[in-house]
Amino acid sequence: MTRTDLNILIGGEAGQGLITIGQLLAKSLVRAGYSIVVTQSYQSRIRGGHNTFAIRVGLDEVIAPQESVDLLVALDRATVTLHRQDLSPNGLILVDESVDVSDDASLKVPYKQLAKDKFSNIASLGVAGALLGLEEKLVARTLHDLFGKKHPQVMEENRQVLEAAFRWCSGQPASIHKLAPIANPPQRLMMNGNEAIALSALSAGLKFLAFYPMTPSTSICLNLAGHAGQMGLIVEQAEDEIAAINMAIGASFAGAPSMVATSGGGFALMAEGVSLAAMTETPVVIVVSQRPGPATGLPTRTEQGDLEFVLHAGHGEFPRAVFAPGTVEECFHLTRRAFELAELYQGPMFLLTDQFLADSYRAVMPFDVENLPPVSVSTEAVGSSPYKRFAITENGVSPRLLPGMSEHLIVADSDEHTEDGHITEDLSVRRQMVEKRLRKGRGFRAEVIPPDMEGQDKSDLLMVSWGSSKGPVKEAASRLRSGGQRVATLHFSQVWPLMPEQFMGHLEAARQVVCVEINATGQLARLIRRETGFQIKKKVLQYDGLPLTPESILRGLMTIL
Amino acid sequence: MVTIDDYGHYDTAWCPGCGNFSILKAVKQALVASQLEPHEVLFVSGIGQAAKAPHYLNANRFNGLHGRSLPVATGAKLANPKLTVIVESGDGCNYGEGGNHFLAALRRNIDVTLLVHNNQVYGLTKGQASPTSAEGFVTKAQPEGVTLRSFNPIAVAVAMQAGFVARGFSGMIDHLSGLIQQGIAHRGFSLIDVLQPCVSFNKVNTFAWYKDRCDPLPPAYDPTDWEAAMKVARQWEDKIPIGIIYRNDLLPFEEHFPVLSQGPLVGRNVDRVKLKRIMEGYG
Ligand SMILES: Cc1ncc(C[n+]2csc(CCOP(=O)(O)OP(=O)(O)O)c2C)c(N)n1
Ligand code: SF4
Ligand SMILES: [Mg+2]
Repeated sequence: MTRTDLNILIGGEAGQGLITIGQLLAKSLVRAGYSIVVTQSYQSRIRGGHNTFAIRVGLDEVIAPQESVDLLVALDRATVTLHRQDLSPNGLILVDESVDVSDDASLKVPYKQLAKDKFSNIASLGVAGALLGLEEKLVARTLHDLFGKKHPQVMEENRQVLEAAFRWCSGQPASIHKLAPIANPPQRLMMNGNEAIALSALSAGLKFLAFYPMTPSTSICLNLAGHAGQMGLIVEQAEDEIAAINMAIGASFAGAPSMVATSGGGFALMAEGVSLAAMTETPVVIVVSQRPGPATGLPTRTEQGDLEFVLHAGHGEFPRAVFAPGTVEECFHLTRRAFELAELYQGPMFLLTDQFLADSYRAVMPFDVENLPPVSVSTEAVGSSPYKRFAITENGVSPRLLPGMSEHLIVADSDEHTEDGHITEDLSVRRQMVEKRLRKGRGFRAEVIPPDMEGQDKSDLLMVSWGSSKGPVKEAASRLRSGGQRVATLHFSQVWPLMPEQFMGHLEAARQVVCVEINATGQLARLIRRETGFQIKKKVLQYDGLPLTPESILRGLMTIL
Repeated sequence: MVTIDDYGHYDTAWCPGCGNFSILKAVKQALVASQLEPHEVLFVSGIGQAAKAPHYLNANRFNGLHGRSLPVATGAKLANPKLTVIVESGDGCNYGEGGNHFLAALRRNIDVTLLVHNNQVYGLTKGQASPTSAEGFVTKAQPEGVTLRSFNPIAVAVAMQAGFVARGFSGMIDHLSGLIQQGIAHRGFSLIDVLQPCVSFNKVNTFAWYKDRCDPLPPAYDPTDWEAAMKVARQWEDKIPIGIIYRNDLLPFEEHFPVLSQGPLVGRNVDRVKLKRIMEGYG
């Protein structure tokens, strides 16, 4: 008997190489053709503590984490103690034979026999891979791709350990955790949200990124720094986030498509710069990867607590768009969208993600990077001289030229300014400029991505969500549907501007509406009410720093319905 | 031939008698002496009386936020290394609000010229103490006098071995314009701290006060001698040395980026073959 869907949890201390095993196992599963959702949970420390790397794997598409564990790969005693309760009825614990657990569910592995100490990780990878029915060749190739080129010696030892692990497993009773094999596995990529954002930014033509490290956004910046040389962009670690956004604005003013990436606290420091980008009509893409606040909060956990913050950050009034990807694919497509809008409408555009999605590896189909064009920086020549950078136009967008690229002089000012960019206190000009800037919003309001509606309009229950909660909410709904209930979901991947005509019909048609969010106050529900008057009274809210799971949503629904 | 007229003549919002007028004149002279066309130059400023200076110059201008001109200038220079980038802003802007950017700029050594109009006071907000205000300086915000020690930008810059460190005085226009010209020509970061009387809010460090003290460094002075420069940098009594106090020829920041050897970043294509290869690395 083979399985079609499994949840694997690898647990151990920081510094034990747990992420490496997790990535290798996940990559092997993707290469074998399975769909995955990875959930990484770690403490804000470099060594010790307790961290986990969970891989939900399936033959068909899996879209959410799962709480119950089928295969627990325990790299230490604490993992057994902490996660024994999550084990599914047929679940199995893989643990070193020296660890003192007397549990029917445990399979004691002689790791010391299979590998020298520093290779015991590879032995756990091998045992887990063999039990799941992966081919040794495939796992070895994945290992080789990671270590082979740089460390041929290490690779050879790794290969031997892998072989020993597979051999040991073949002497064990038949595994009940074998996944049904996939005959012609599709060529998919294993990518997490932050990697997709970075790849997308490259494809959109990003040429300048400045950052100050802050979890969970840092890996976007490190990824881009790693590709900067060959892709011809500049990545600069700034002295602080205020410098980061002002550098990005300076670079963009001079023509380089620019981006910053940070988390709530760093974004708080950027707020005045957001306003500067709006006033000087300078394109800039701002990625805010959320973690629980206030203040330093839980640095390595997840939350959707900064929707209202990002929506309102920056003094004064100006248009903006805020995208909230729900999947890794959406991270890619919406980052490009943010670049396009920033360039077209000349101002700050936002991508709002979170730790869960940032670190969550998925199997995705390759993107069409060969045919997706980079954004074009508008440098159209203008007939009339002298050039007016802020010429008042019908759609509010003024022809943009760049300093130093022609004889035209470009003047931009954070003070209110005339059409030619000079500081003014002429109050009628002020009125015209406010209106000009706001008119730009009309343009992108006409192109808002409608929320994704799944299920029938006349449902008994409509679950509303945004951002990374997409998968868990959809799966919770589908579980309820298979129990015979009429349930629909409405997911927003663009959370601003909201266009009521796109979704009011769905809200009004449902017998009951519940908003599901990872925050304590229901920020999307409040926003919908503010914009439409429609009050979503019932909410499932989670704010313990953990991502939503279908199970946690179903439990939440039980308590309110 | 670039002439003074190319840089325009504008009405200003400064008080009659303000030292900013002379700095503006010295800047224009330096640009003409450097034979830079207005479109080759980008002025970046923050907010304050000094920060208005770029509005009175016919060139590319970015008048940003209080304290944040250096990062904007850094970004712009990296996006288009062909631009001559000059930052003009006050002592409050650069040493107070933007202090962290000042420190980072000294270390980064990007080819940007920073002109600090140092009137030892916050002019635009009507006379509060600035980081360079003297101890004991009395203002409405510091009615008992400033008790913080005065910030010495020259000493900090020399200590950090910044590329080009100079002090000028708005009352000596030709001398100042010579410093600005050399600062622009220097490949790397240049700090020119310009002593500037504020007739409205600084009744201590007046034109006469500076004039009595400002003392050009002798021709024999060697600005590449760091230890000598550290001594000069600390002088601020009866005599205040002006001139190029320290310089070196360390590699400018932007030259660390091979991608910039081909000029501006704008209009570059995305190498989609390489991009595809990067993507395939996830397979
Ligand atoms: C973030 C921020 N804080 C405060 C101000 C108010 N402000 C404008 S200029 C200034 C001080 C200016 O002093 P300085 O930089 O020395 O320039 P000066 O006017 O003396 O030339 C202050 C505090 C502001 N514009 N922005
Ligand atoms: S307040 Fe002082 S610095 Fe400002 S313009 Fe008047 S004199 Fe000049
Ligand atoms: Mg001042």
